[in-house]
Amino acid sequence: MITATDKVGIVIVSHSAKVALGVAEMVAQMVGSDIPLAWTGGNSEGGLGTSVEQIIDTINAAWSEAGVAILVDLGGAETNSEMAIEMLPLERQDRVVICDAPVVEGAIMAATESWGGSDLDTVRRTAEEFGKKMD
Amino acid sequence: MDIHGSVQLVHAGGLHARPAVALTKLAKTFRAKILIAASAEGPWIDAKSVVKVMGMKTPAHSTLFFHALGDDARAAIEAMTRLVEEDFSGAPE
Repeated sequence: MITATDKVGIVIVSHSAKVALGVAEMVAQMVGSDIPLAWTGGNSEGGLGTSVEQIIDTINAAWSEAGVAILVDLGGAETNSEMAIEMLPLERQDRVVICDAPVVEGAIMAATESWGGSDLDTVRRTAEEFGKKMD
Repeated sequence: MDIHGSVQLVHAGGLHARPAVALTKLAKTFRAKILIAASAEGPWIDAKSVVKVMGMKTPAHSTLFFHALGDDARAAIEAMTRLVEEDFSGAPE
């Protein structure tokens, strides 16, 4: 039996705290709470933006030995997430990936795949597969 | 074991996001290979792929066809058709 901590963690990074919370609520309702899930949105002053420090904390909150898949919205969310990964302990860096997928749809796809016990690469590919379908 | 089943989709919105996730989650709890189609002739889609199931965009009142292969195929077909009959209320938590 797979326990929650064996499952890939899902991290949501948005410029908006409300968007991040909304996506997390959709994941929790549609997929369930049996996966590590954490989210962050907004900068440290409470405005729109993202914060490297907050992203690091969020990755650690959703940490799983199976790794963590990050869903981001726009530019800064991605570059700050890349920076956050670089600032993680070395042994964790290669177990965190940023999915090239739309944040809402990608989060649902990634979470469903994680719920089923898939590995990090499969979780990332599933999220990205959905993004490609929409082109 | 090679088991077939079919069930009418009663969910008002058809096989949209939430039902697709519920169906995929249930499929993933079985060892059997589970295929789903909106027609008896296919095309058959992997019921464990949330992306593909959501991409079916099956409207309400269509019939869903299942085909399962494996030692727990019978239990899989029973559970999958029951989930659809019960309007997706019985998905695994």
